[in-house]
Amino acid sequence: MAETVSTPSENPSRRDFIYIATGAAGVVGAGLYAWPLIDQMNPAADTKALSTTEVDLSSVEEGQQIIVKWQGKPVFVRHRTQKEIDEARAVDVSTLRDPATDEQRLVVNGEGKYEPQYLIMIGICTHLGCVPIGNNAGDYDGWFCPCHGSHYDTAGRIRKGPAPKNLVLPPYQYLTDTLVKIG
Amino acid sequence: MSGYPGYDPKSGIEKWLDARLPIVRLGYDTFIFPTPRNLNYWWTFGGILAVILMSQIITGIILAMHYVPHVDLAFDSVQHIKRDVNFGWMLQPMHAVGASMMFLAVYIHMFRGIYYGSYKSPREVLWIVGVVIYLLMMATGFMGYVLPWGQMSFWGATVITNLFSAFPLVGESITQWLWGGFAVDDPTLNRFFSLHFVLPFAILGLVILHVWALHVPGNNNPTGVSVKNVDKDTLPFHPYYTVKDGFAIVVFLMVFAAFIFFMPDALNHPDNYIRANPLVTPAHIVPEWYYLPFYAMLRAVPNKLGGVITMFGAIAVLFVLPWLDTSKVRSMRYRPLAKLFFIIFVLACIGLGWAGAKSPTDLVFVTGTDAATGAPTGLSFLWFARILTLYYYVFFVIILPVLGLVEKPKDRPESIEKSVLNTTHEEA
Repeated sequence: MAETVSTPSENPSRRDFIYIATGAAGVVGAGLYAWPLIDQMNPAADTKALSTTEVDLSSVEEGQQIIVKWQGKPVFVRHRTQKEIDEARAVDVSTLRDPATDEQRLVVNGEGKYEPQYLIMIGICTHLGCVPIGNNAGDYDGWFCPCHGSHYDTAGRIRKGPAPKNLVLPPYQYLTDTLVKIG
Repeated sequence: MSGYPGYDPKSGIEKWLDARLPIVRLGYDTFIFPTPRNLNYWWTFGGILAVILMSQIITGIILAMHYVPHVDLAFDSVQHIKRDVNFGWMLQPMHAVGASMMFLAVYIHMFRGIYYGSYKSPREVLWIVGVVIYLLMMATGFMGYVLPWGQMSFWGATVITNLFSAFPLVGESITQWLWGGFAVDDPTLNRFFSLHFVLPFAILGLVILHVWALHVPGNNNPTGVSVKNVDKDTLPFHPYYTVKDGFAIVVFLMVFAAFIFFMPDALNHPDNYIRANPLVTPAHIVPEWYYLPFYAMLRAVPNKLGGVITMFGAIAVLFVLPWLDTSKVRSMRYRPLAKLFFIIFVLACIGLGWAGAKSPTDLVFVTGTDAATGAPTGLSFLWFARILTLYYYVFFVIILPVLGLVEKPKDRPESIEKSVLNTTHEEA
């Protein structure tokens, strides 16, 4: 009778292989099944298609700020006064939470020159996404976020409050001296 | 916990059904369940919550018949419900006020659980299922508040989804995944509607697990003393507690009705009657009252990630509460020090809610005036919230573990029966 007795322990590799292979196929299959269900929530193709917005800077008066919408987000376009520019440049950059010089907050135009009077930033507080109040608001003459009290200076740099970063700069370029394409 | 004779089918058809689908037996065992005879009115909030959950599901299904989850139509469709749909003026506040009532009841239910030690062995899983229900309630309530697409809806959604951007590296991917775009927009509204519809059914499933986990060890009771003799210590749930719960439910529904019929918007915010505008943030964003304590904690920490961790940690700590409290005595009725710290804890939670509703720079009280500017000085709500947040954590992480080791509890009654009879009339 000994030749007909086949206990599992005598032949473990074949069963174990099938067991592990089935399990592994199941895990991979579950992952393949789950990914489309998760990824569908990411931005759709039409949302992602990078839209652009053109802004005519000459329509913004000195000391005035306009808000344009880009990718569903508000973008601040501010025509800064000389006083605001001077204030932004008088700051010791090393003391800032998110160090950046005033020129690093700007983009050069087609002739390689800065237009320091025009400051263009995404108008979303880097804390929790509110739209800060502009027109020399807050302790640093720039922007103040009413939600949780973040103060930004005249270059949109974070100076006080819970926000970790400066107001974000959108990708943009000067088409002419006064026409800007955002996006 | 068994002890009563079970269901005894009498007629032929009852026996026939019981042998095939013992559903009547399930109902019998659920309602003719030995329940401690000394439960007070703090124990009625479980039944109250079950009633409100059903009301929320029914009114929610009805509202979904008239609501349109689209950024251009959502705001108007809610006004259409309130103004044009038959009885919509009543059904919409039933649902909106119902959410507040559910949180009111769940907070009382949770404080009761903490005071009487209902999370202690052998009820840890019962408590943890309850905390999961609470978390799902918060997620559901938040997404429901977004649907009317007013200013508070939009900016509440923006602030809360931005919480996830605090996490390093993956934060931005998570928020874009939540939004389905680069800001809160139409895809966000649509998915919130879908999830707001389905999550209450997940809550319902967890409530069934909660009741199941309750029926294994049976109810805790105000003395915290376990049932020793089923005949002397307990009463069948029906009719004794169906009637007691029923009375409490009626009283609670009167409060509920007072809100619906006389002040349906008292718990809402006027800014939510302004259509959502992604370019303008309201001057003062506040969440609904039932999130205010957590909102105060978020703002109490000057660091973004730190604030988010502090806020979520306040709920996470509840999961491990059964193991933080080292005292063997369940009920704080017999723990004089724990009782004192518990009362301070409840006041701290209310104080945090108050701080969450105020601007951080407002003053709780004025102590003097600033010599240079003449502006009043004193304790700001920011520091008030910081002190209370600290106490919230100290209560769970230091006071409860240490107190169990050093506190000398008072004598506890020998049994539930003795505790009841001693307080009413002496019997030989």
